[in-house]
Amino acid sequence: MSEKATPILETTGLKLHFPVRGGIFQRATNSCKAVDGVDLLINSGETLGLVGESGCGKSTLGKTIARLYKPTAGNIRFEGQEIGDLKRKELQPFRREIQMIFQDPYESLNPRQTVGGILEEPYVIHKLGTREERRKWVKELLEKVGLPESSINRFPFEFSGGQRQRIGIARALALKPKLIICDEAVSALDVSIQSQILNLLLDLQKELGLTYLFISHDLAVVKHVSDRIAIMYLGRIVETGDAETIYQKPAHPYTQALLTAIPVPDPEHIPSKQILEGDVPSPIHPPDGCPFHTRCPHVEERCRIEEPVLENAGKKEHLKSCHLNF
Amino acid sequence: MSTETPSASLLSIRDLCVEFDTDEGTVRAVDGISLEISAGRTLGIVGESGCGKSVTALSIMRLLPKPMGRIASGEIKFDGTDLIKLPAEDMRTVRGNRIGMIFQEPMTALNPVKKIGVQLSEVFFLHQTASKEEAWKKSVEMLDKVGIPSPEIRAGEYPHQLSGGMRQRVVIAIALACGPELVIADEPTTALDVTIQAQILDLMKSLQRDLGMAVALITHDLGVIAETCDEVCVMYAGRVVERAPVKTLFANPRHAYTQGLLASIPRLDGQPKTHLRTIDGMVPALKELRPGCRFGPRSGREHTETQLEARPEFIEIETGHWIEACPVCTE
Ligand SMILES: Nc1ncnc2c1ncn2[C@@H]1O[C@H](COP(=O)(O)OP(=O)(O)O)[C@@H](O)[C@H]1O
Ligand SMILES: Nc1ncnc2c1ncn2[C@@H]1O[C@H](COP(=O)(O)OP(=O)(O)O)[C@@H](O)[C@H]1O
Ligand SMILES: [Mg+2]
Ligand SMILES: [Mg+2]
Repeated sequence: MSEKATPILETTGLKLHFPVRGGIFQRATNSCKAVDGVDLLINSGETLGLVGESGCGKSTLGKTIARLYKPTAGNIRFEGQEIGDLKRKELQPFRREIQMIFQDPYESLNPRQTVGGILEEPYVIHKLGTREERRKWVKELLEKVGLPESSINRFPFEFSGGQRQRIGIARALALKPKLIICDEAVSALDVSIQSQILNLLLDLQKELGLTYLFISHDLAVVKHVSDRIAIMYLGRIVETGDAETIYQKPAHPYTQALLTAIPVPDPEHIPSKQILEGDVPSPIHPPDGCPFHTRCPHVEERCRIEEPVLENAGKKEHLKSCHLNF
Repeated sequence: MSTETPSASLLSIRDLCVEFDTDEGTVRAVDGISLEISAGRTLGIVGESGCGKSVTALSIMRLLPKPMGRIASGEIKFDGTDLIKLPAEDMRTVRGNRIGMIFQEPMTALNPVKKIGVQLSEVFFLHQTASKEEAWKKSVEMLDKVGIPSPEIRAGEYPHQLSGGMRQRVVIAIALACGPELVIADEPTTALDVTIQAQILDLMKSLQRDLGMAVALITHDLGVIAETCDEVCVMYAGRVVERAPVKTLFANPRHAYTQGLLASIPRLDGQPKTHLRTIDGMVPALKELRPGCRFGPRSGREHTETQLEARPEFIEIETGHWIEACPVCTE
């Protein structure tokens, strides 16, 4: 990373609560606090890895940042400008700058559209180029992601999982975004294919100066691609820092447990696992105090009452939200 | 897991071939594989999706989908008896009492409209002729054994009331209820988070220590293989291309496919943000398979037409280390 990091995106106190309906009248009786006060900073040109167990709010945070959801509270600043409260029309220019890639692009690719049609669509929506220009751009996109030009007239079902992910990436690149949110983009792929896609993402980042928010539950993959990492638990960021520090000197007990849980592909390695008891609590009724206290092996009285805030964990830009020191 | 030398095998598969009838004709999903599992030990089966791991598991259990799937040839000897030749009735007894199975998706193994305790009781009922009350009591004990909190209460609940990790524990309880000698676990933790995966693998290990059963663990995660298995079988396109004790396989992989798989995993101690090794292309469709070295076209190594056409021998190069000996892929 360059010395002077400039933020491209910053969130403060970001919340996204889903109403939970119940009773005869289906009134919103409660809420699922999927994202519950997230402060996050993404620097231009970097990859920020976002890790956490399923249900902790990673996808919801990604979609809120991409403004597919309207935040319940808090701020999102993209290149210094507030986008959290923008209306549909006002968002249009930002839609080009922030794109998402999903786990199975098949679900987001129209099965009746050819690949050519799928890739041309963003240009049509944004009224860009003539027909010929758009065709040319589509061919360039295919080349960038390593698909043959003949793909243009084929349909998504004719492609393998890895190739479909390439189509998803090509579509995300169409409008030359600055920030791409990769939500479990390689999670469904076999390792051999996963490595092909990870290499492609790295190459594209270098070539186009892209910034990635890389969401995954696979810590080895995240370690491989990220400059910095944020660990999420029950709708909150519990630790963040540069990738090396997080893996070498994790400061939050949740991060420590997550790291020891990764199976190491080396039979000579003697695992010393800190096995966490139980499951993640429900985001509809999160515990009082520290959200992690119900599973924390080091829990103290204070943790059950007082909610910790993200604060300096020693090294520069290494933050943790935990009352205790290790 | 134990480090003693393997004793006589509990399960021994020889030249197993499995075929499916499809719209495009008959295809062979498993093409002459041989493997062994010794009593009390863990064999890992690894390979990309579509390589025939699940079909192998279903064949052992004689649960291939009918009528399109069938065992075309070979033998599956379990404790001396060829399961393929066993009458359906006897096979059902083996399945309930001596071989247990755990699937990836616990919901497919559980009945959504039956209480957990009832589903477990049925196992004791069917296979061990216990009374209703006894069966229920044993069920609660079993739930306790697999680490389910308040087992008396949980026994009266339905599968959807439990988390994914807890459901997988119930499936393990059902698979182990009859005290099987062999458990076949097909991607038992793939759908779970790493923290829950660690719980489940830990549970399986301690149950294995207590009960002494052998385990066939199917997974695509080489980390899970390294941490839990004694021996490993690497499958590619319906064949076993390499089989070895776990340490040998990781330290000295001899087949290009094994080497490719090992090289393409991102490692915590690897150089970040650099290119990973890849395996070009993908697993071929069954109808496009040729008889010779199947990994040849993806290996990046020049194969002659003969090498792609004639099946390489499966040979033992040192004790317990077997390879499909394509001269190009194992040079
Ligand atoms: N559209 C939605 N409506 C209601 N609840 C939702 C919706 N999407 C996600 N949730 C809930 O929000 C929480 C966080 O989900 P998600 O962001 O998908 O987590 P992750 O991506 O980390 O697995 C979960 O409890 C989930 O059930
Ligand atoms: N019922 C079926 N009909 C036809 N082909 C099948 C059937 N079940 C599995 N296959 C094929 O057999 C091959 C091996 O599948 P499987 O054992 O499920 O792979 P793995 O478990 O290694 O991912 C695949 O090519 C798959 O498409
Ligand atoms: Mg998600
Ligand atoms: Mg399978």
